[in-house]
Amino acid sequence: MSALPAFEAVAVDYWAVAPMLVVVAGALLGVLVEAFAPRESRHSAQVALTVGTLVAAFGVLVWRSVNHHSVTFGGSVAVDGPALFLQGALLVMSSVAVLVMAERFGGVGGDAFTPMGASTPGSSQEAAAAKAGYATSEVFPLTLFAVFGMMIFVSANDLITMFVGLEVLSLPLYVMTGLARRRRLLSQEAALKYFLLGAFSSAFFLFGAALIYGFAGSTDLAKIQSAIAQGTTGMDGLLVPGVLLLIIGLLFKVGAVPFHMWTPDAYQGAPTPVTGFMAACTKVAAFGAILRLVYVGVEGSRWDWRLGIAAIAILTMVVGAVLSVTQTDVKRLLAYSSIAHAGFILVGVLAFSKAAVSGVMFYLVAYGFATIAAFAIISMVRQGGSEASHLSQWAGLGKRHPVVAAVFSLLLLAFAGIPLTSGFTAKFAAFAPAVTSGGTAGVLMVIVGVLASAVTAYVYVRIIVLMYFTAAPEAGEGEEVVALMPSIGTTVAITVGVLATILLGIWPGWALDLAGRAAQFML
Amino acid sequence: MTSFITEAGGATVAASGAPALAWLLIVLPLAGAAILLLGGRRTDSFGPLLATALSWGSFVVGAIVMIALLGLPSDGRSQHLALWNWVPAGSFQLDAGLLVDQLSMSFVLLITFVGSLIHVYSLGYMEHDPDKRRFFAYLNLFVAAMLLLVLADSYLLVFVGWEGVGLASYLLIGFWNHNPAYATAANKAFFVNRVGDLGLSLAIMLMFVTFGKVDYATVNAGVSQASTTALTAIGLLLLVGATGKSAQFPLQSWLGDAMAGPTPVSALIHAATMVTAGVYLVVRSHAIYDAAPNAQLAVAIVGAITLLYGAIVGCAKDDIKKALAASTMSQIGYMMLAAGLGPVGYAFAIMHLLTHGFFKAGMFLGAGSVMHGMKDNVNMRRFGALSTVMKITWVTFGLGWLAILGVPPFSGFWSKDKIIEAAFIGEGIRPWLLGGAALIGAGITAFYMSRLFFMTFYGEKRWEKGVHPHESPLTMTVPMMVLAVGSALLGFVLSFNSMFVHWLAPVVGEHGEEHPVLSVPVITGLTLVLVALGAGYAWYVYGRKEAVVPTLAPEGSLLTRAARADLYQDAINEGLFMRPGIHATRALVFADAKGVDGAAGGLAAMVGGLSSRLRQLQTGYVRSYALTMLAGVVAVLGTMWVMQ
Repeated sequence: MSALPAFEAVAVDYWAVAPMLVVVAGALLGVLVEAFAPRESRHSAQVALTVGTLVAAFGVLVWRSVNHHSVTFGGSVAVDGPALFLQGALLVMSSVAVLVMAERFGGVGGDAFTPMGASTPGSSQEAAAAKAGYATSEVFPLTLFAVFGMMIFVSANDLITMFVGLEVLSLPLYVMTGLARRRRLLSQEAALKYFLLGAFSSAFFLFGAALIYGFAGSTDLAKIQSAIAQGTTGMDGLLVPGVLLLIIGLLFKVGAVPFHMWTPDAYQGAPTPVTGFMAACTKVAAFGAILRLVYVGVEGSRWDWRLGIAAIAILTMVVGAVLSVTQTDVKRLLAYSSIAHAGFILVGVLAFSKAAVSGVMFYLVAYGFATIAAFAIISMVRQGGSEASHLSQWAGLGKRHPVVAAVFSLLLLAFAGIPLTSGFTAKFAAFAPAVTSGGTAGVLMVIVGVLASAVTAYVYVRIIVLMYFTAAPEAGEGEEVVALMPSIGTTVAITVGVLATILLGIWPGWALDLAGRAAQFML
Repeated sequence: MTSFITEAGGATVAASGAPALAWLLIVLPLAGAAILLLGGRRTDSFGPLLATALSWGSFVVGAIVMIALLGLPSDGRSQHLALWNWVPAGSFQLDAGLLVDQLSMSFVLLITFVGSLIHVYSLGYMEHDPDKRRFFAYLNLFVAAMLLLVLADSYLLVFVGWEGVGLASYLLIGFWNHNPAYATAANKAFFVNRVGDLGLSLAIMLMFVTFGKVDYATVNAGVSQASTTALTAIGLLLLVGATGKSAQFPLQSWLGDAMAGPTPVSALIHAATMVTAGVYLVVRSHAIYDAAPNAQLAVAIVGAITLLYGAIVGCAKDDIKKALAASTMSQIGYMMLAAGLGPVGYAFAIMHLLTHGFFKAGMFLGAGSVMHGMKDNVNMRRFGALSTVMKITWVTFGLGWLAILGVPPFSGFWSKDKIIEAAFIGEGIRPWLLGGAALIGAGITAFYMSRLFFMTFYGEKRWEKGVHPHESPLTMTVPMMVLAVGSALLGFVLSFNSMFVHWLAPVVGEHGEEHPVLSVPVITGLTLVLVALGAGYAWYVYGRKEAVVPTLAPEGSLLTRAARADLYQDAINEGLFMRPGIHATRALVFADAKGVDGAAGGLAAMVGGLSSRLRQLQTGYVRSYALTMLAGVVAVLGTMWVMQ
């Protein structure tokens, strides 16, 4: 009987992964708080714990981790420039998003989440729960778990680790999608669809990982890279299908066409603050993983599959832009807009240069802050207590709530990419590398991108016109569309979003510098 | 701030001394807008005065910069002021800066001077409006954006100003937006301008692809290496942008409706400044057009069509402001025509723009003064004989009228006559067509402007009951008087010893001696004869004592009716663009009839048609979603497999 090889613990650079450990610790604490804290103080305790955890993690990241660039956990986690930049962005954005989730409008509208997630919509249990004034706050620990998954995702240097990150971030999101207080059937339906299609796409990812393992004999991105560099391994036929399936699995998360079908349904059904979190942070995480996969792992084979992904990018921009034209629900409209944005970001990804990495990371940050603020505003605009998400309800808002309408207009202009907003700088930063180093396909994609932006700009401008130049329909007593007074948390979140939008539009230099310095991957 | 030197032109130097203060030009009115908008009701009492003072402050800065420039040798007058490094992303530098040169300073003085006069006029005109603080804030915002537009050193920054003036213009057109018709007019201006803006943004995109950067220095230097096809495409796209903003054919339909805004707005934005931005853009891009003759010819043709179009429409309008709007369209057509003639025309395009800025603004203010006295009536058929009761308005308006007719020695003669002469330069049929259009246009202009003048100030009283016209207060008449002086003298001063042509020459290039196909005295003579005929006929029909002007418009001939309906532009837009689109999307677009009006709604509706078809794929069934995903995977893998 031969002795088993001795199990050897891998060396771990704890400072490098400390932010992730802080977040997961906070999440576990949150579960305990949810179980044991008295009901009246539970909500505030959860908010404080969650924001505190995220801020602490960010502090640790800035304080120590930035000096601990390393590939650790036996090569499965890479804490390098892009990973740290995106983790930092995730931590800041998610703390802003949590502030919006905590909104309760001083008890007027209640928070966005159902008091009893397990009850059947419209059932007597639900009515009883509402009557008893139950409020649950499991959304906060779930958010922390999702953020933890996202942080793994952007630093995963191994396909298995990447898959773990993917699942850790997805499962809480499925649950959070189904938690809406109002229109619960829509919300639960959306959650189920998201879950089923997410499982479907995970299968593609796993299938791709298996093919790549067959090709390279390893799931480690560094080993895959060297296998591709060697030229042939005897299993060459597995490489391209494997890469494509992996990328497709990831493209599902960003909502690229034709893997986008879940996006409008999930965005519309999910509680609005969750939609904001999902739109901003999931996009950061998924693009972070895509960047690492295609720049580190399979960059050597890009000439074999680049055109296929370019076609997807073009399709994504066109379909996202065109479909946004006929949307009548503001959340669905922003969902299609986020699809179009995913296409714009893909254009940058496919440029394959260091400038492209920084441009894409900048885009993600600019888009994320604007998105969180935009969904925060949508959650404030109400008619008869429920969200006024139909576009016709936004008519004339500029007259009654000039500040709210002005802020929303600014964010829409940023989505449209008008100069002096962050949207313009971001598009410029993502498109410029595609023109200079993307070849003919790059130029073609940029032209499609500009045309698609023009279409989406029309859509956004139309909302602005609707708010300012169209008279509100006559409404009875108590039926007017109003913007509720937000609490301090939401106000902070919106202010941060607006400031980021303006600052990154007028003075983007420092952020571009930061992204540029952080754009080097490690192996 | 003063360390940047562009090498491309060789002539542009870093700004120093007074031109380094050019940023103040924009910041002053911008600060005014910010204070008035953010200060809210607290600034109600002093806001309008503050806005007026800041606008004058901007003019003073402009004058100081101008004096400093005049003290420099002519090749040192083009000064670049780098503001900040906008997007410093590796090799993709994008700087924000201002270009102070002869062309931009000509505009700066026009904008700040006429703009400030109109601020003063508005103090009187808007005196009783409860919301006048907001009005002045928008005016200041407009002035700041317009200055940014003309001072920008790159097309991208021009675009910012371009959008800014558009925004201010919509806000001001829709200022009285409690009236639904006015709000609709604002919407129409908005949508038509989107088409133009799309042209401009595509042009910028194409420049970026062609030249790598979009500042004037790089673009002008790169023209010699670029392909003619690219330059023609850029030129045509810029022209689309210019037609949108300057209400040129075929994007002219919004200007008439924009008259819904308060009259000072019409004078400032829709006569003197914003609508001329298209001409500025073309002249500023002269390097591109000079290298792309086809695009240049397109500019001239658009100008020629518009000048006739506007003139014909102007003949049938009874609304005094709409008649003036048609005239503006036509006069800008002259400028476009001149700009499309190449180096021989650039200086005259800008010179006519300046003189037109004075006399047309003066006449709009005069029209406002008439409306002020006539209880806001705009129907000229209910005016008449106002020369007896509104002496100042009559005289100042009369000077503007003489100027636009091109009667020597008033301003318009010096600038318009030169454009007509220049249009006759060339070979083959081209000078005869362009020159002929310009010549005939002058005759029609004489008719309809005289018609307007005589219907308003001469003939018998056709006032409605209870209207007692009176002269306007001094805050309104003084600006009119100042503008009238400009209407009378500016053209002569600018033409004296070809001063203005020499002044602009370093920017747009000097042209050699060229001879029109007809000799110059013949052209001038013909023009004056046509002008006299047009004005004489108008006198016969509307001006003389015995003339009878019915207070209800007669049905008129086919042409009259067509002109009255703006030559059916809305019907054409609707039939071509709107209807098919609306049919495709009627059930889907949320507020088709109300929220979305006008031609551009139809353009989107074409996209909308595609959109509604694609939308049917979104069935809501998770099984069909999964099937789509699978199909996508199969398609991607299959294509890649086939391609290998």
